[in-house]
Amino acid sequence: MNDSSNSRPAIEFRSVSYRIENDGGRELIHSLDLEIVRGETLILLGRSGSGKTTTLKLINHLLTPSEGDLLVEGRSTREWDPIRLRRGIGYVIQEVGLFPHFTVERNIGLVPRIEGWPADRIAQRVRELLQLFGLDPQIAPRYPRELSGGQRQRVGVARALAADPPILLMDEPFGALDPITRSELQREFLRLQEGLRKTIVFVTHDLREALLLGTRIALMEAGRLVSVHARDQFLTSQEPLAVSYRRALETAAS
Amino acid sequence: MNLWQFMLQNRGEVFELTLEHVWLVGVSTALAVLVGIPLGILITRWPRLNKPVLGGANIIQTIPSLALFGFLLPAPWIGARADRLAILALALYALLPLIRNTYAGIKGVDPAVIEAGRGMGLTDRQLLFQVELPLALGVIIAGVRVATVISVGLATIAAAIGAGGLGEYIFRGLAMVNNQVILAGAIPAAAMALLADVSLGWLEKRLAAH
Repeated sequence: MNDSSNSRPAIEFRSVSYRIENDGGRELIHSLDLEIVRGETLILLGRSGSGKTTTLKLINHLLTPSEGDLLVEGRSTREWDPIRLRRGIGYVIQEVGLFPHFTVERNIGLVPRIEGWPADRIAQRVRELLQLFGLDPQIAPRYPRELSGGQRQRVGVARALAADPPILLMDEPFGALDPITRSELQREFLRLQEGLRKTIVFVTHDLREALLLGTRIALMEAGRLVSVHARDQFLTSQEPLAVSYRRALETAAS
Repeated sequence: MNLWQFMLQNRGEVFELTLEHVWLVGVSTALAVLVGIPLGILITRWPRLNKPVLGGANIIQTIPSLALFGFLLPAPWIGARADRLAILALALYALLPLIRNTYAGIKGVDPAVIEAGRGMGLTDRQLLFQVELPLALGVIIAGVRVATVISVGLATIAAAIGAGGLGEYIFRGLAMVNNQVILAGAIPAAAMALLADVSLGWLEKRLAAH
C-alpha cells in the first residue's frame, strides 16, 4: 500500500451504487463519484441514513459496490484481496469495538501480530502509540472495561494506526463521548494528523466537528453526494443543504 | 441394615458402577462436544442450516429415552453392545444444549467487536478462534454443564438395556422393592450431578469474566 505515485487519488469512487440484495433491492448509495486526495481529511457529513457509513464500508470492502468501481491506491476493491486491503486501512468506529478479552496492549498490537511482526517490535510500537496518544503506559496490561470512554476511544484509534496504514476510516469516532472529552480528542486528532498526514475519511453528522477537522466536506443526503466543498467554501456555499446545516449550527450557538 | 452399611459392604460394586457411570457420561458428553460445537459454529456460518439442525436436535430431545435405546438397537456395530448403544443415545440427547449454546454464544458477541475485527483484516478463521469462540466460551461451557447434568441422570436408565452404571442399583431396588438399594444408586448419581454442576459452573464463571 505504500505506492508513491502521489498524483493519483488515494481513493476514487466511479459511479458507485450500492443496493441491499435481499431487501427488495433498496438503494443505499446512488451513483457516487468522489476522489479522495492523499493526505487530506475528507469529512462525510450527513444525517442518519444518508449513506455515510455505507460509503465507508465500501472503501474497506466490508460491502461490495453493486455498480461502478471503487479504486483504492489505483486498484479496484473487487481485485484487492480483502484481507490485504483492510490491513492497510485503519478502521475506527463509534462503538470502538475493542476486544474485551484482550488487554490494551494486545488490542493495539493486533494487526502487527497477525501480520507476523516480532514480539519486541510490537511491544516497542505499542509503547510508542500509548505515548503518542498521551496514555499512561500503566494501562497496557488492563482490559478495555477498566478504561474510561475517552481512553477506550484513544486505544481504538491507536489500534487502527498500529501497522501504520496510509488510509484511516473513522465512523463517528467521538460521537459517544462527553463534550469535554470529545473536544480533547478532536484537538489531539488535529495535532496527530499534522504530523502523520494520513488519508482520512471521517464520518460525522456534526457540522462543528466537520469544520474543525476537515480539509474538505462532502455532504450526503439520501444516498447521494450533494456537494463537496473545501472547508472555507462550505461557509459561503449557497447549496441549500449546506445552508440548512449552517443555520442549524447558528441556532445552536445563539 | 441401613444405607451406609449396605454401601460399605458393597463398596467394590458401588465403586465399579460409579466408574461405569462416569465412563458412560464422560464418553457420551465428549462425543456430543466434538459434534455439537462444530455444528453450532456451522449454523452461525450457514443460517439456512439453522432450522433443520436445531429442529433435528430438538426432535431427538422429545424421544423418550427408553424408546431411543430401542430405536438404536438394530444399528450395526452400535447395537452389538449395550454400552455403545447407551453412549450414542446419551450423546444424541446432549447435542441440543451444546449446539444451541454454541450458536447463542457466538451470536451474542458484540457486533461492534466483530465489525472492528473484520474491518482490521482478520480472516474468518482468526475471527472465529481469536474473537468469537473465546468470547462465547462461557455460554458454551454453560451448555456443556447442562448436557453433563442431564446425562448423569439419563445414564441411570442405560441400566435397563444392560449398559451398567448406577442405574443397576435403581432397577434392582425397584425389582426388590428395597429403597436402600435404590438410594445406593440414586445418591451417588445425584452427588455426581451436583459435582459436575458446581465444577462446570465455577469454570463457566471464570471464563465468562470478560
